[in-house]
Amino acid sequence: MADDNKTTTIDLNNLKAGGFIKDQGKDLFTVRLRVPGGRMAVPRLKKIAEVAEKYGAGFVHLSVRQSIELINVNFKNFDAVTAELGEGGQKVASCGARVRVPTACGGCEYNPNGLVDTQAAALEVDRTLFGTPTDHHKFKVSFAGCPFDCPKSATNDVGFQGAIWPELDLDDCISCGLCTKSCSEGAIETGEDGKPAFYPDRCTYCGDCVKVCPTDAWKSVKKGYTVRIGGKWGRHPLVGTLFATFLPEDRVVEFIAAVLGWYKEKAAGLGRIRIGDVILKEGPDALLTHLRATFPEYVVAKTIPPQVIETQVGKGQL
Amino acid sequence: MKTIDLRGVSCPTNFVKAKLALEMVDAGEGVEFLLDDGEPVKNVPRSLKGEGHKPLGLKEGDGYYTLTIEKVGE
Repeated sequence: MADDNKTTTIDLNNLKAGGFIKDQGKDLFTVRLRVPGGRMAVPRLKKIAEVAEKYGAGFVHLSVRQSIELINVNFKNFDAVTAELGEGGQKVASCGARVRVPTACGGCEYNPNGLVDTQAAALEVDRTLFGTPTDHHKFKVSFAGCPFDCPKSATNDVGFQGAIWPELDLDDCISCGLCTKSCSEGAIETGEDGKPAFYPDRCTYCGDCVKVCPTDAWKSVKKGYTVRIGGKWGRHPLVGTLFATFLPEDRVVEFIAAVLGWYKEKAAGLGRIRIGDVILKEGPDALLTHLRATFPEYVVAKTIPPQVIETQVGKGQL
Repeated sequence: MKTIDLRGVSCPTNFVKAKLALEMVDAGEGVEFLLDDGEPVKNVPRSLKGEGHKPLGLKEGDGYYTLTIEKVGE
């Protein structure tokens, strides 16, 4: 029988979504915090600092996916750490074969390039889908506010990139030439009449023309997300490919749920496999068809499989 | 019209210099800015528009651009 003084009680409910990750050293863990989109209110940051100082190693780690991780927390303190973080509204994140905390860029409230509210999207996805077991492997979602794509959305299982579709009202155009020069894609050329000529096939939906136009002759007539699926990094990287365009911001959660549904079903019996590898196996048309049933206006007509990145090590390639 | 040569001045210094130059003129007055190709000619016009000023035109010169901006008052 264990000595009463040495009996440790831990609320196992706190561990259900993961987020407590074993460190080197007896009894020590990393506690990964839930920070959707990387935005942190200052009072919460202060609370985290307080808890980290009390229970951690004297430093924290800013994770690659925008989390703050408390290091070297003794597992006997899990309940206290969870409770004290909770006083500041801070929750613990997830790990394992679950929907992870979404990442996002700063969005459109203060960043001049941002086209859509990625912060709101990250919060909503976190609220509705965080920790959902996938039965197979991790599932990462990311939101970029524009085609600069600082969050590298296409390296996620589902990656969202803010997009607008521009349209020109020639009556308001003063032929200043700014849009032609501001378009990085050569999608706007100056026509013989001195007015801009738009080549839609070259447009990557960044909205620079709308932003620079002095008379608002260029207008944003559609706004939403360019959606890529099947990305991952790690040992065998894949870059996700295009499955939808101009997906409205308010249909993001529903879209991810539909992708998850397909993944759960098609990956059954395949072991620990990411959705990108399932798409390589099933072919992208199978997923396109599944998604088209619910999102016919936004799913693209055709796409390509996730793109394999050759790492040049292993399997005797070199 | 005043001409401010911002060639060889990188972002964001060129934008800040343009802002300072616009402070020196009256509302409704135009100022010409000479800008390098690349980031400067993409960023400066948009940022000045974002500050409430009115871009009037962009002309390509010999290896640079001339941006005309009308100062808009408070």
